[in-house]
Amino acid sequence: MQKTFRITDEDGIHARPATALVNTANKFKDTESFAEAGGKKVTLKSILGVLSLGLEQGDTLTLISEGPSENDALNALADVMVNEGLGELNE
Amino acid sequence: MSSIKGIAASAGIAIAKAFILEHPDYTVTHRKIEDTDSEIAKLESSLDASRAELEEIKARTLQELGEKKAEIFESHLLILDDPELINPVKDKIKEESVCAEFALNETASQFIEMFQNMKSAYLQERAADMRDVTKRVLKHLLDLNYVNPSEISEEVIVIAEDLTPSDTAQLNRNYVKGFTTNIGGRTSHSAIMARSLEIPAVVGTQNVLTSAASGDLIIVDGLEGMVLINPDEQTVAEYRKKQESYAEQVEEWRKLRSEPTVTSDGVHVELAANIGTPNDVAGVQDNGGEGVGLYRTEFLYMGRDKLPSEDVQFQAYKTVLEKMEGKPVVVRTLDIGGDKELPYLDLPKEMNPFLGFRAVRLCLERQDIFRTQLRALLRASVHGNLRIMFPMIATLDEFRQAKALLEEEKSKLISEDIAVSEDIQLGIMVEIPSTAVMADQFAKEVDFFSIGTNDLIQYTMAADRMNERVSYLYQPYNPAILRLVKMVIDAAHREGRWAGMCGEMAGDATAIPLLLGLGLDEFSMSATSILPARSQISKLSKTDMQELAFKALNLGTAEDVVELVNQAVSK
Repeated sequence: MQKTFRITDEDGIHARPATALVNTANKFKDTESFAEAGGKKVTLKSILGVLSLGLEQGDTLTLISEGPSENDALNALADVMVNEGLGELNE
Repeated sequence: MSSIKGIAASAGIAIAKAFILEHPDYTVTHRKIEDTDSEIAKLESSLDASRAELEEIKARTLQELGEKKAEIFESHLLILDDPELINPVKDKIKEESVCAEFALNETASQFIEMFQNMKSAYLQERAADMRDVTKRVLKHLLDLNYVNPSEISEEVIVIAEDLTPSDTAQLNRNYVKGFTTNIGGRTSHSAIMARSLEIPAVVGTQNVLTSAASGDLIIVDGLEGMVLINPDEQTVAEYRKKQESYAEQVEEWRKLRSEPTVTSDGVHVELAANIGTPNDVAGVQDNGGEGVGLYRTEFLYMGRDKLPSEDVQFQAYKTVLEKMEGKPVVVRTLDIGGDKELPYLDLPKEMNPFLGFRAVRLCLERQDIFRTQLRALLRASVHGNLRIMFPMIATLDEFRQAKALLEEEKSKLISEDIAVSEDIQLGIMVEIPSTAVMADQFAKEVDFFSIGTNDLIQYTMAADRMNERVSYLYQPYNPAILRLVKMVIDAAHREGRWAGMCGEMAGDATAIPLLLGLGLDEFSMSATSILPARSQISKLSKTDMQELAFKALNLGTAEDVVELVNQAVSK
């Protein structure tokens, strides 16, 4: 399952929220989470991968979770996006 | 016991264990290995060691500096665990039978390059984090013995070849009791920093780094310029006494704290302090400063990984202005470049950085950086008595351009209904000979001059003050310098402006009688020099000093000038 966000933070995705995303993804051992933007897909276990997407304000980002806890994982990641002021759900 | 003579850079006496600060050589070579499994095990154990270090630094940073500063180390920890980094390194070791340090360096370089090529300035700056993490792991892989100065956790005396501005910015004042370096003079950054931190320092010792070992007991005598290595008990006892009597003298000076600075014939001059951060204001008040004559804003930009935002700057300027309670605060706009680098700006290396793209030259091109600072200053202006000065002005045109940007930002703020003070004095640093020579023209357009002697001397004498072999040319008392200073002061007075000095010369006991005689209005120095200077000035008559200065201007050499001053006044 997946959710798509629009980046609202003026700094784009910077180190602090990227750290929070990776830490959150790592909590769900049985589930793989990915970030996809601009035709590039990276694992959310890699902070360098997340930063390498080069996301800036206004960009669109899709978070994908696959595995037994995909529902919880994706909700937790969505919370980070919103609570860190990173982005808003693109519906 | 051995003793080494150096240059007394910051007064006082410190006694503590030696901490050797050496920047290690991170060069790696392509080395073939046979046993790839044990090479991977070596990588793992280096990663573990790095992790343990980072956890400790993170915990301490959290405790001392708060959550925000600690977060950077959290992201470093994640980089250490990053499969996109570590897996390719392991693959490389296995597939190419190459040593771990080479594999790591190669892989990390790709990420560094990737960050550098990113569109967003913020992400470009992440290259610095990548470099930092890589160095930490390489240190273990190469078995290098290096502790970052920010990681010192006991009372020490730091011993180094030299201390760079970024080294000094990281020093923890609670633990660093003094320092001593092989190179440098009274005006090197490390010396200036020591005086602003009020820790004793001896620089230019030539060989203290090779003479002392980590853990040796060291006495730094910043009064005499002596360093003692492993002194015997009796010597330590003597120095403890000296430490006490120095503290007593400091007490004597303290009585002048709330007194104005007046010559014996009743002329008032202003003694102000040079500061680097809002924390330094406490020292200014403590030492009875009548203002801040130089607020070096570079430190706001150093020791961090991105440009400081307008709000971060606004808070810093506002804090200083408020704490100074209406006393004048001269803020120098960003003076970066030259030997003061900002890694995240990724400026190209230059052949002659001191003659290159720095200070206002950089600010006029990178207007984004400059405008942000000007806005922050203007917003802060309503919180005290703000004066702004531009560094490294070489031509009138540069001053006019910088002033125009300031005026633009001011109008913008006013149209946004943000309050801006109406009486902000605007001045320039006089540190380039062309500007000193043209001071009469500048004086028609600026509100004040502040003479930056450190650069003015090196540009006038064409001698790098950091280069030991030509350091003899760093001659503050050379009549050439005195004549330039006189031109600037006279030009200011003819137009009803004031002239100050914020170089090291302003606090120098030999220079003060001359500067007083030349008519200098404001002397800005390290906070700790203020009370001794006030005490000295109270014993000098301005009329006598005018005669003395007149004689000095007509002498041939710096030595003659020093002799003249020594004979005329007892310091």
